[in-house]
Amino acid sequence: MIKTDVVIIGAGPTGLFCAHQLGIIGLKCEIVDNLDKIGGQCIELYPDKPIYDIPAVPKCTGEELTNNLIEQIKPFNFNFHLSDRVQELKNENNKWLVKTLNGKEFETPNIVIAGGVGSFEPRKFPTKSVEKYDGKSVLYSIKDKTIFKDKSVIIFGGGDSALDWAIELSNSSKVTLVHRRDEFRGAPASVQKIKELSDNKTIDLITKYSIKDVKGNGSLESVEIKSESGESKVIKADYVLGFFGLIMQLGPIADWGLNLDKKTIPVNTENFETNKKGIFAIGDICTYPGKLKLILSGFHEGALAARGCFKYARPDEKYRFEFTTASNTIKDRLGVKE
Amino acid sequence: MAKIKYIEFNGTEHEADVANGLSVMEGAVQNNIPGIDADCGGGMSCATCHVYINDDEWFRKLPEKEMGEDDMLDQAFEPKSNSRLSCQLIVSDDLDGLTVHMPEKQV
Ligand SMILES: Cc1cc2nc3c(=O)[nH]c(=O)nc-3n(C[C@H](O)[C@H](O)[C@H](O)COP(=O)(O)OP(=O)(O)OC[C@H]3O[C@@H](n4cnc5c(N)ncnc54)[C@H](O)[C@@H]3O)c2cc1C
Ligand code: FES
Repeated sequence: MIKTDVVIIGAGPTGLFCAHQLGIIGLKCEIVDNLDKIGGQCIELYPDKPIYDIPAVPKCTGEELTNNLIEQIKPFNFNFHLSDRVQELKNENNKWLVKTLNGKEFETPNIVIAGGVGSFEPRKFPTKSVEKYDGKSVLYSIKDKTIFKDKSVIIFGGGDSALDWAIELSNSSKVTLVHRRDEFRGAPASVQKIKELSDNKTIDLITKYSIKDVKGNGSLESVEIKSESGESKVIKADYVLGFFGLIMQLGPIADWGLNLDKKTIPVNTENFETNKKGIFAIGDICTYPGKLKLILSGFHEGALAARGCFKYARPDEKYRFEFTTASNTIKDRLGVKE
Repeated sequence: MAKIKYIEFNGTEHEADVANGLSVMEGAVQNNIPGIDADCGGGMSCATCHVYINDDEWFRKLPEKEMGEDDMLDQAFEPKSNSRLSCQLIVSDDLDGLTVHMPEKQV
């Protein structure tokens, strides 16, 4: 059990800057994100795209913004818990008990939900019959590639993950790559390589088809694919891999008894607290009259939520407003020497 | 302004007058028409505003897909050759009478 002042759910720009604000006012926090990296949408969806509306930063990419935010909170040495999802919140004696999918537990008076539009999860096959093989012979990510040795593997998708794995596995497995159209969105060099492998029959490339059904008796045996005009083919398969990108799922956040408005959490604009005492929501996931889904708004929301957390984390102290330029206490916390 | 018809997967029909300059996605969201999630708010990065244009003639009449729309559609729920992202369909008088069909689900 980890005891802390605040658990932040989500390591997007909003969660990161809120951590900074907590550090400045002398609170500790632990940050959980279910991606394997820090940065939320900025790092997952547009690392290379320039952003032009961060105050006083005329231009920076999603990745640069993330790196700068990480740099800014370094002095505080906060812990990140990546590739893990917050599953459960429970209130006991005015404290929140937080549990993650991987079994981590936190005890805290405050939770800041900076969860964006929810956690990023791989998009799965639309076909119901696939579900019973999920995690066994139907996979959406690869942890151990040795399981595919000398097996028949069908890969669905047209982006970099699909192409890279098709190329990689073609060395030791029988690979079929299926994509819904002729064009691929992967890197040109990979597309070129796939065409070569297909021309010399190292892999089977089938375009304008998508999954229809899977068949098997206990274990997966074959996959039926269909074209839009109704033709279908059956291919023998030991494994099926789907790479259709990530979607955002509100997921467990919907089960915590919070008021929800569509997929967002209503908050007050004084300290961004939700209908539950000690649970705050900031960034894309919160809503209030006039809400803008901008990084800049998330920063402001994080600053106010941090002050809201102070009240519950230090009930016997009074929060004192200070400037970073002037306060020696803050400079100590930042470890700066003048 | 254009009258746009939105048909849910279960057949329920909705009609909305959508102002020029808004997207077909915004027309649905602002009128509380279910079936279009639009998680990214029109940023062409979520594919949860996916619709089908079942009428061939309308499909051809729509403004062409811009770079990236097909890539995003690859990541939609059951994309077909008549799929579009409704956040990329900007309403003008020319779209008056357009009908869009929603997929079974968005995520
Ligand atoms: C293509 C694109 C371009 C954009 N351009 C701009 C721009 O120019 N300017 C601008 O201001 N904004 C822009 N935005 C919007 C901006 O990226 C978002 O407003 C911002 O990322 C929101 O930050 P956030 O921290 O609230 O959420 P997110 O960045 O979405 O991060 C939320 C994180 O929480 C995690 N999470 C959720 N639930 C859980 C859980 N239960 N357990 C663990 N982790 C969880 C998620 O995995 C995710 O990493 C753009 C967005 C996109 C998609
Ligand atoms: S609203 Fe996200 S892609 Fe259209």
